[in-house]
Amino acid sequence: MEKSSDFEFDDVQGLLRFGYGKLADTCFMLLKIADASAAKQWLSTVPVSSAIAIRPSPDTALQIAFSVQGLRVLGVDESIIDGFSDEFVHGMTRNENCSRRLGDIGRNAPRYWKWGRDTDVPHVLLLLYARKGSLDAWKATVEGEYFSQAFQLLQYLPTSDMGRTDPFGFEDGISQPAIDWSDRHDTDSHANDRYTNLLAVGEMILGYPNEYGQYTARPLIDPQKNRLAVNLPDAEDDPSRKDFGRNGTYLVLRQLEQNVPGFWQFLDKVSDSIPEKREQLAASMAGRERNGTPLIAEHIPGISPKDHGNHFTYDLDPKGNHCPVSAHVRRANPRTGDLPTAVTGTGAITLISRLVKILGFGQKPEEDLIASSRFHRLLRRGRSYGAVLAPEDAVKPNAPAAERGLQFICLVANIGRQFEFVQNAWIVNSKFGGLQEEPDPLLGNREPLINGNSTDHFNRPTPSGPMQKVCHLPRFTTVLGGGYFFMPGLRALKYISALQPNGNGGSS
Amino acid sequence: MTPQSAFMIAATVRVGKLQDLRTLLASMNKIPGHADPDNDLIPFGKLDRLHFARFVIIEAKTLQEIKEFGVKPRPWRPMLAFLGDIDGDVHTFLAELVERAESGLTKIFSHCDDFPEENQNLLEWIKMRNVNPGANYVNWIGRTVRQIHEEAALHHSLSDYLQKIVAEVGRENIRTLRQKLLSHVEMEKYKGRLVLSLPELTPSEWRTRNLLHKIGVPLILLLFSPLLLVIAPFFALWLRRRERSDPELFIRPVYAHIKALSEQEDWDVSNQYSVFGDVKPGLFRLLTFKFILLLTNWFARHIYNHGFLARIKTIHFARWVFMDNNHRIFFASNYDGSHESYMDDFINKVGWGLNLTFSNAVGYPTTRWMIKEGAQREHAFKYTQRRHQIPTEVWYKAYPGLTAVDLARNSRIRQGVEIRQSDDAEIREWLSLI
Repeated sequence: MEKSSDFEFDDVQGLLRFGYGKLADTCFMLLKIADASAAKQWLSTVPVSSAIAIRPSPDTALQIAFSVQGLRVLGVDESIIDGFSDEFVHGMTRNENCSRRLGDIGRNAPRYWKWGRDTDVPHVLLLLYARKGSLDAWKATVEGEYFSQAFQLLQYLPTSDMGRTDPFGFEDGISQPAIDWSDRHDTDSHANDRYTNLLAVGEMILGYPNEYGQYTARPLIDPQKNRLAVNLPDAEDDPSRKDFGRNGTYLVLRQLEQNVPGFWQFLDKVSDSIPEKREQLAASMAGRERNGTPLIAEHIPGISPKDHGNHFTYDLDPKGNHCPVSAHVRRANPRTGDLPTAVTGTGAITLISRLVKILGFGQKPEEDLIASSRFHRLLRRGRSYGAVLAPEDAVKPNAPAAERGLQFICLVANIGRQFEFVQNAWIVNSKFGGLQEEPDPLLGNREPLINGNSTDHFNRPTPSGPMQKVCHLPRFTTVLGGGYFFMPGLRALKYISALQPNGNGGSS
Repeated sequence: MTPQSAFMIAATVRVGKLQDLRTLLASMNKIPGHADPDNDLIPFGKLDRLHFARFVIIEAKTLQEIKEFGVKPRPWRPMLAFLGDIDGDVHTFLAELVERAESGLTKIFSHCDDFPEENQNLLEWIKMRNVNPGANYVNWIGRTVRQIHEEAALHHSLSDYLQKIVAEVGRENIRTLRQKLLSHVEMEKYKGRLVLSLPELTPSEWRTRNLLHKIGVPLILLLFSPLLLVIAPFFALWLRRRERSDPELFIRPVYAHIKALSEQEDWDVSNQYSVFGDVKPGLFRLLTFKFILLLTNWFARHIYNHGFLARIKTIHFARWVFMDNNHRIFFASNYDGSHESYMDDFINKVGWGLNLTFSNAVGYPTTRWMIKEGAQREHAFKYTQRRHQIPTEVWYKAYPGLTAVDLARNSRIRQGVEIRQSDDAEIREWLSLI
């Protein structure tokens, strides 16, 4: 693969490289295509931002992604659609099993959603970013002449500028993988005993080797049969074919309502209204203090010491005495390596101790229960919405009740192994890491197990022995909508906008 | 100690009866694929030696894949298999089963070939169709269903009580806490609300056979080791040639198949898995497969018999069964978590073990030296294991809501009640489990 400077940033949508944090005003639009030809006209002229770094940084950005229904309406051939993953093609609400695994049951069930149910799946997702005060002008520029004819607006997803703070009041977005643009790190498991934050490009972007050293399945096109595909990039693993997926990614979107007064008032109640206790409990549920400081301090190689909030593992806190195993950030990224504890050095003894670990010997019963993190990372790009409500105000009984929450966005190359795995095995799973019937304290849906056992607990292990149990947690977060989108590379976007109405890409 | 055993009653389904059989089996379920413990046909809930059970209709949906090897597919007629993992020996269990569920079993197996109209001896008929596994894995040999239930109740009771007394005496007073917990257990036992049965005596016949197996297999291997050493280079050459030339089948399973399988999954914290396929053609492949399973079985029985199978702690029971005169292999397991995490766990933690056992089956991704690559070829592996998976019509688990890690923890809690901890650190450790 190319060196960093050679990376095809000009073909990648910018969101894969930038969070656009300086562009504080955002507008997320869910669209239905009303007129496919007009939509393609519009697509062919619209200024979608690439990942090329520009100095000074731009004042606006535009990103675009499509649901499978959107690709179909635009005329993308079924043979291409078939190359996408089942998760994308059949969607987030594809069957009840999927809903069970994602925790979308009870009050989170798709039938209560505001958007994204089987019957009203959006075709296109537009993400507009602009500096404070200039969003309206940017929106007018983006829409241009074909927009109103091409699309029917399903809804604006509200967003608001909360800086780096999430609605509950915690600093957010600290733990992010670093994409290995220059292909520096080795994905072989011998090199990955310990957690590293550096991730193969193929984990986030289609068309490149992933952490298994493999290419994730994606649509490949035979240019002999489809002349329009000639301008698409070549498939690295199959040079005779063109890669429709290359430089594209899957975008997962979920609207999560957060009951901020409910959260802080519950914590206040179980902390006997003592502010310090309340803060401590909040921090142990989140896994960080409100300013983002991790509950664990330990430096690890591979992450800059400057990045102290992202510069630790849980290796020295296996029981969760410092950061409970159930804490949200510990579940979302357990920072585990390929082997339960590191084996360093070389020579015969190292080899033997490695073998002993591979064979599963010498472990404590609660050790090694969590999968290796590098196969299950998400690049998060969400934005909050609603009015800011400081925790100090939220605890007051007359706190204003208003809808607020998170437009959760993550980018992944494999929806099943990354987003769905994390949501299922780590967030929703009440047995995560050997826990006793505790789903994520912030995101859990509190639905009981099949044997009737309740899951509305949060346990804080203590060095003295007995756990501190918090019981009867209400649901703090509710899913209001969601969907899977494909965010194409810019050449694939051109391909889509040049499609003929018959949809076969000019293979006459 | 009561050792566990496994049975698998397999019989060919009568022509034209498949749909009726499916409907009948579905009538045992409360939710898709999950048995109602009190169903009319087989009252699983009353069989107190039964850990897991399943009815699966073994169909060869991937029958054609062997053509890639230039071999004509062997015909296969759907078979009904009834599998169970039990405490104690198979014979007495089957006798008890027939006694309790004679009419239900008759109704079910009358859909199979050779089932006599006027049934003289159902028990004999069933016993004749019992198939022994090539390798069998038990998460914890000696842990009975009864023990599991008793220990779960103990944990529950202690957990509630500990919260109460922590509020009274504080969490630092660990010796007082322990004393109060122990008295609580005694009181609950006295009142009959908790029972902690003593383990039964280990059957001497089993003990002898187990010891013979434990010593015998390595002894025989040692005896044949000169021969094995001579064969080894030839074997290596042959293996690498095969690994390079065996066709790799990269076939994505159809979504409808995955959807049908997933309908039965993720209702409980555990799931079932049944998979069926062809053994790769040729005597060498078969002998290799048999040899690997012989070793697997030995390790499962004597090494990995207390809570972990290499790095995996989420499998309750698993077995490999040769069928159709060694031409096919059937694998069944009961595991914790969802399918995707089961597979990811496998690839990352024991990919080498999967490669060893399954690389001799048709459709498995290409391996290198039998342990490398294979499962690491993520898509090829995930596709092939889903493609060969078959739905389980009826599945029963005696302890819903509990994972294998839960069971191990409950046993440690019970141990702490019976054996006094020697120092404060041990007491804290014990209290932290509750």
